[in-house]
Amino acid sequence: MRRILSVLMENEPGALSRVVGLFSQRGYNIESLNVAPTTDQTLSRLTLTTTGDDLKIEQITKHLNKIVDVVKVVDLTEGAHVERDMLLVKVRAEGAQRDEVKRTTDIFRGQIVDVGPATYIVQLTGPIDKLDSFLSALGEAEILEVVRSGVAGMARGEKVLTI
Amino acid sequence: MEQLSGGDMIVRALEDEGVEYIFGYPGGAALHIYDSIFKANSVPHILVRHEQAATHAADGYARATGKPGVVLVTSGPGATNAITGIATAYMDSIPMVVISGQVQSHLIGEDAFQETDMVGISRPIVKHSFMVQRTEDIPSIIKKAFYIATTGRPGPVVVDVPKDLTHPEHKFDYAYPESVSMRSYQPSTKGHSGQVRKAARLLLNAKRPVIYAGGGVIQGEGSELLTQLAKKLNYPVTNTLMGLGAYPATDRQFLGMLGMHGFYEANMAMHHSDVILAVGARFDDRVTNTVSKFCPGAKIIHIDVDPASIAKIVPVDVPIVGPVTTVLKDLDAQIDQQQSSSERTIPDAEAIADWWSQIDSWRAAHGLWHGRRYDESDFIMPQDAITALYEATHGEAYVTSDVGQHQMFAAQYYKFDYPRRWINSGGLGTMGFGLPAAMGIKLAMPNADVACVTGEGSIQMNIQELSTCAQYNIPVKIVNLRNNYLGMVKQWQDMQYDSRYSESHYASSLPDFVKLAEAYGHVGMEIKDKADLEPAMREAFSMKDKLVFLDIFIDPHEHVYPMHVAPNGAMKDMWLSKTERT
Repeated sequence: MRRILSVLMENEPGALSRVVGLFSQRGYNIESLNVAPTTDQTLSRLTLTTTGDDLKIEQITKHLNKIVDVVKVVDLTEGAHVERDMLLVKVRAEGAQRDEVKRTTDIFRGQIVDVGPATYIVQLTGPIDKLDSFLSALGEAEILEVVRSGVAGMARGEKVLTI
Repeated sequence: MEQLSGGDMIVRALEDEGVEYIFGYPGGAALHIYDSIFKANSVPHILVRHEQAATHAADGYARATGKPGVVLVTSGPGATNAITGIATAYMDSIPMVVISGQVQSHLIGEDAFQETDMVGISRPIVKHSFMVQRTEDIPSIIKKAFYIATTGRPGPVVVDVPKDLTHPEHKFDYAYPESVSMRSYQPSTKGHSGQVRKAARLLLNAKRPVIYAGGGVIQGEGSELLTQLAKKLNYPVTNTLMGLGAYPATDRQFLGMLGMHGFYEANMAMHHSDVILAVGARFDDRVTNTVSKFCPGAKIIHIDVDPASIAKIVPVDVPIVGPVTTVLKDLDAQIDQQQSSSERTIPDAEAIADWWSQIDSWRAAHGLWHGRRYDESDFIMPQDAITALYEATHGEAYVTSDVGQHQMFAAQYYKFDYPRRWINSGGLGTMGFGLPAAMGIKLAMPNADVACVTGEGSIQMNIQELSTCAQYNIPVKIVNLRNNYLGMVKQWQDMQYDSRYSESHYASSLPDFVKLAEAYGHVGMEIKDKADLEPAMREAFSMKDKLVFLDIFIDPHEHVYPMHVAPNGAMKDMWLSKTERT
């Protein structure tokens, strides 16, 4: 089962490598990883998606907590949450495709953030499956390049991940 | 405030930590620190002959005393040579602080001379590591390093210090912090009371209980409490390889070691138990045999300070995260309370008596001395060599070992009645551990008998330390069980590879160990005759101020038994001799 883990950790050099190292060292997989500083300059927030049964996720959570730089770990998938991935895709936009790509982008409520003579860059935000459907909906348009931010997420309602 | 250079700060911080010995080896990036050591002349430094030995010596010191071991090495090869010893300490949860010199800050990342990414290369085998970035941070980093190394589940911590930050002319305020608190590191201090209650109920209602105690009981100073608890309940106790000495081996309730080379009665009792109280043990693959067949009828209570150890290998019915001492105290109190409020007598005395008679019949059938080939052999048997060591030292010695058959024989036949006396690399299984570990112990306990049980394979992995022993007059006793083979490799080749001894025989290449010992100024003794064994052992230990190398020629074809049947065997499936199995 796919899980989203949110991790608050010290904004220290080497902290990220300890988290990533844990996954390779113990044979856990990382599907996506997103990390950035928070409003508290001493903390980074990392969101990672992984898969595994309850036993494996429990071990992953315990081992993450054991890393000295890690302050808190939450499994967002345990409760109601919001998850977002951001996609930038550069597509060939010529002839009939120029309108077709624009229409598909509008349907998915994406934005064209760069317009070249023969290309668009489309930006789209949403849960992973929405981005996947968009990519397949592009149909015959030639996809030149894709980049995704990796999932970022947050629990709904009053629950707050903070120290 | 006092102004110190980075190098002086390191030495002062070690003084302030109460460090008794630094085990190390100098080199370019560490030279400022070494100059500070020379000038301060405060904490004694032991110059080893290889950095791996520095880590093992610090490790032995830590295991015997309970205090953190301290290592100082230089960058590059100094740091990488220390890696095996750091990994050894990590696997066995030994508190250690390793300070490594690093190339100057502005050279980092440029592939400078003797540069290696120590923080990176050691990352999977340390509890934590620090790269010092400002000289001013040295006192607080060293304080944190010791705090992290010694609390919670202990382990090694690396502090990597670029050379420019230790420069003698760059001085900063020095004050050693009195305390430390880290928001991201707060080890558990108490077990969950609800879980403790459940554990007590389960234990008191057991009909076939076993207490399975590991190295965590020793590291956590829980031996006395564990012994009291076992005595109070009259429950059988088995110790892991790392836990030997956690419960007195000569006591009637002790079943011996369990696991791959565990005692028959210990493995049988585990397999047939209905409740297992696991304390500071981690269900290692050398204990469980095939996990899916592990103790099918048992409910498991697992006490460990490290939550990640719980339910890692086998599912657990009652997990309790906390230090062994507080949890065992709470458990003891809960047991008293439940016993006094119960309408019937718990535990059920009749059931426990039946359980003991079952255990005694296992013991009688296939106890440890079963199946030995003593009378058939003209050679000294390794078991007898260990027994002679036990007798000569009255069971009071600190015994280190290397890795292989000799390690298992020592674990089986030296009856450890006290914690911290049996010092071996159980987790990583590091050959070359024994001699340097013994050095660290002897320095800490100058009046104690310290023996290194080894084989001719292992001893040659750090034999250069005979020189260190000469320099600092460290009179340990080396008990070399010499069979001309890598014994455990040979045993597996006998059992699984039709005795094809691929690269496990030394032919006639072994040195004359007696002359070798003498070349370093020590005493060497060669023992080939059964009749000489006991007198020689006594004589060796009577030479209090001499390192004695006992080169004991043993039966080259003896195997260690019992031995778990693998693969696909359960705890109860064992070879009892070369021809018999359960």
